[in-house]
Amino acid sequence: AEVVLDDDREDLFAEATEEVSLDSPEREPILSSEPSPAVTPVTPTTLIAPRIESKSLSAPVIFDRSREEIEEEANGDVFDIEIGVSDPEKVGDGMNAYMAYRVTTKTSLSMFSKSEFSVKRRFSDFLGLHSKLASKYLHVGYIVPPAPEKSIVGMTKVKVGKEDSSSTEFVEKRRAALERYLQRTVKHPTLLQDPDLRQFLESSELPRAVNTQALSGAGILRMVNKAADAVNKMTIKMNESDAWFEEKQQQFENLDQQLRKLHASVEALVCHRKELSANTAAFAKSAAMLGNSEDHTALSRALSQLAEVEEKIDQLHQEQAFADFYMFSELLSDYIRLIAAVKGVFDHRMKCWQKWEDAQITLLKKRETEAKMMVANKPDKIQQAKNEIREWEAKVQQGERDFEQISKTIRKEVGRFEKERVKDFKTVIIKYLESLVQTQQQLIKYWEAFLPEAKAIA
Amino acid sequence: MKVLEGLDDGPDFLSEEDRGLKAINVDLQSDAALQVDISDALSERDKVKFTVHTKSSLPNFKQNEFSVVRQHEEFIWLHDSFIENEDYAGYIIPPAPPRPDFDASREKLQKLGEGEGSMTKEEFTKMKQELEAEYLAIFKKTVAMHEVFLCRVAAHPILRKDLNFHVFLEYNQDLSVRGKNKKEKLEDFFKNMVKSADGVIVSGVKDVDDFFEHERTFLLEYHNRVKDASAKSDRMTRSHKSAADDYNRIGSSLYALGTQDSTDICKFFLKVSELFDKTRKIEARVSADEDLKLSDLLKYYLRESQAAKDLLYRRSRSLVDYENANKALDKARAKNKDVLQAETSQQLCCQKFEKISESAKQELIDFKTRRVAAFRKNLVELAELELKHAKGNLQLLQNCLAVLNGDT
Repeated sequence: AEVVLDDDREDLFAEATEEVSLDSPEREPILSSEPSPAVTPVTPTTLIAPRIESKSLSAPVIFDRSREEIEEEANGDVFDIEIGVSDPEKVGDGMNAYMAYRVTTKTSLSMFSKSEFSVKRRFSDFLGLHSKLASKYLHVGYIVPPAPEKSIVGMTKVKVGKEDSSSTEFVEKRRAALERYLQRTVKHPTLLQDPDLRQFLESSELPRAVNTQALSGAGILRMVNKAADAVNKMTIKMNESDAWFEEKQQQFENLDQQLRKLHASVEALVCHRKELSANTAAFAKSAAMLGNSEDHTALSRALSQLAEVEEKIDQLHQEQAFADFYMFSELLSDYIRLIAAVKGVFDHRMKCWQKWEDAQITLLKKRETEAKMMVANKPDKIQQAKNEIREWEAKVQQGERDFEQISKTIRKEVGRFEKERVKDFKTVIIKYLESLVQTQQQLIKYWEAFLPEAKAIA
Repeated sequence: MKVLEGLDDGPDFLSEEDRGLKAINVDLQSDAALQVDISDALSERDKVKFTVHTKSSLPNFKQNEFSVVRQHEEFIWLHDSFIENEDYAGYIIPPAPPRPDFDASREKLQKLGEGEGSMTKEEFTKMKQELEAEYLAIFKKTVAMHEVFLCRVAAHPILRKDLNFHVFLEYNQDLSVRGKNKKEKLEDFFKNMVKSADGVIVSGVKDVDDFFEHERTFLLEYHNRVKDASAKSDRMTRSHKSAADDYNRIGSSLYALGTQDSTDICKFFLKVSELFDKTRKIEARVSADEDLKLSDLLKYYLRESQAAKDLLYRRSRSLVDYENANKALDKARAKNKDVLQAETSQQLCCQKFEKISESAKQELIDFKTRRVAAFRKNLVELAELELKHAKGNLQLLQNCLAVLNGDT
């Protein structure tokens, strides 16, 4: 069965290794042209037994089958794959320099040739991967995890060779973000099957992804397209027949707002915690000086001890700020961007609907033309009209199928996304709370050590 | 749980320290002969009215127990009368309490009122409570500082007998001491300038006496370092408070998330929101306690060390006067003119100098004793409070984690 899958996939994804082209709105659907069994409205019940429809080789069913096959194969241990991004290394000099990261995969999945392997990748490789996945899957309703953001300022500092703490921080922030990005991507059962993803993880040489630079011509064109899309979105007035979608969109809108607010508060906390750390360190030094000038011996000693305690507490604050940021703050910013991807998928559905709508309108026009030709009795024009009618009838059918497919996929994706979200938040927040616990335990240790010193002042 | 006892919702997180406030920064023996405290205080628009309550067995007073109402300016008047009294030149004059300053707090409350429309009712109530608590804390601090001043005076064997002090305590009418007007403030400014310039000249005179020489060197350095430590401690405490405020906002956001979410993570968010609310209260108390036990302590000794420096200055001044009188006497004797006058003058200077030196020595020794005792008390209490709060925090976190892990 797997061989069949591979062949089919090569068929469908012949463009997989091509250079990334810009996302054009008129992209050919990757579904087969065979009509699906019945044109029924999308309801949750159709999701229950996808296997029944699997007689045809239409692509979405392949996805379903492949996922279930993988599940059976791995005996329920589906996502036994772990990605680590480590060892950032500067390659080259000056403005052409870049950071290379080691991407290590540990897995027991049989689709990979080895159980543990690693490759070197640079940031633009990650962006290239995301670009490819997005162009293949976003417009059919899959929520493709967004790649970490570019940062011209951050990277310039690193390129120029500023070896200060802010550039080290930047590299670490990026490394962690890249790791989270890959983890999320491989957790997606459909994306895990993608050959581009596998190539990214496995092959030692990767064709350079061009057109990912922020200020390249392609980059600017991307920005312009995004803006155009935004305007288009506002003008599409869709007749939403399915309340589920309207509800979900509203929910995601609310969630987005709330997360942004929370993120802002957490960022403030990180900032204040860093401030507190700096001020504690300053106080520690000052207390040490005071202890030095104090001429009562026991008090002098106690003040020096106080200075030491405060110095240790400063360290604690720094570590806590680290946790505040990497666990809490980054989780929130990741999800804010993920929700943007979710919203994007909903938008694609609208565009899909629009296309279907447009096809129906065009079909109507073609029928009118045929009628006119009939009246005017122009036999050759009538034939042409009939051909066009057939063409557009097919397009209308395709449009409807596409729309139902994307709606179905989105429902599934949203379900999966929500489950992941809940798990993610719970795991990370619990880990974060545990970091708070650690801080308090350390504080107790330090003050318990200091107390007898204070009491010893006589 | 004993540890969580003090975590009430009310704004008075200084309540347990209320009675101890009297002796925060000084270790004073209050004896039956004269006990002074501030039993009540009222904050009106731009002034604070303190009710000064006295209990005394001394014959000087008409009654054994009585109260009067005083304002900040009257405290300053009393303090200044000590400074200007030549007889007290040889004592460390207890530093005047700082002016009550609610401006910052009032401004914040006003801003909150203006921004009421832009936040939820819940957030508004939370922030209002927070700011009111802040206001109350500042209020309690200013009461404490005025009280400490009076207690120091009452505990001082000589100053407690001062007539102005008795009038201050007993006279139940307004003392009609207006604040200094512009002219007087300008005069003060020049006086201070002259004094500092003089101080520099006078301090150049090397002291024969080892004790005073050592004290001078010590106080100079100590004063500067206490100033620095006080400023840094202030900044540290403020950062702590900012972080606690952030917890507040995070708690509110989590609450909003919890009430709006459609998945089963609602309960989770609500529990974590509750945790942040509670932990924030503890963090706020940590900040307040650090402020009280550390920042205030350092601020107080900044003022006291200045008062001690002033004493040394007065002594040096009188020494210089004495030496000048000696020179004048020699000259007079040489010229055999106005010898008696010069002799009297010299004798007076000598007496003054010796009187100041004698009492100054004792004052400085007492200062050291008081300082060591106050630091000990405060550092011990600081450590104990930090421990109490950390343990409380830990318990909160562990309880919350137990619930969250149990649920998932």
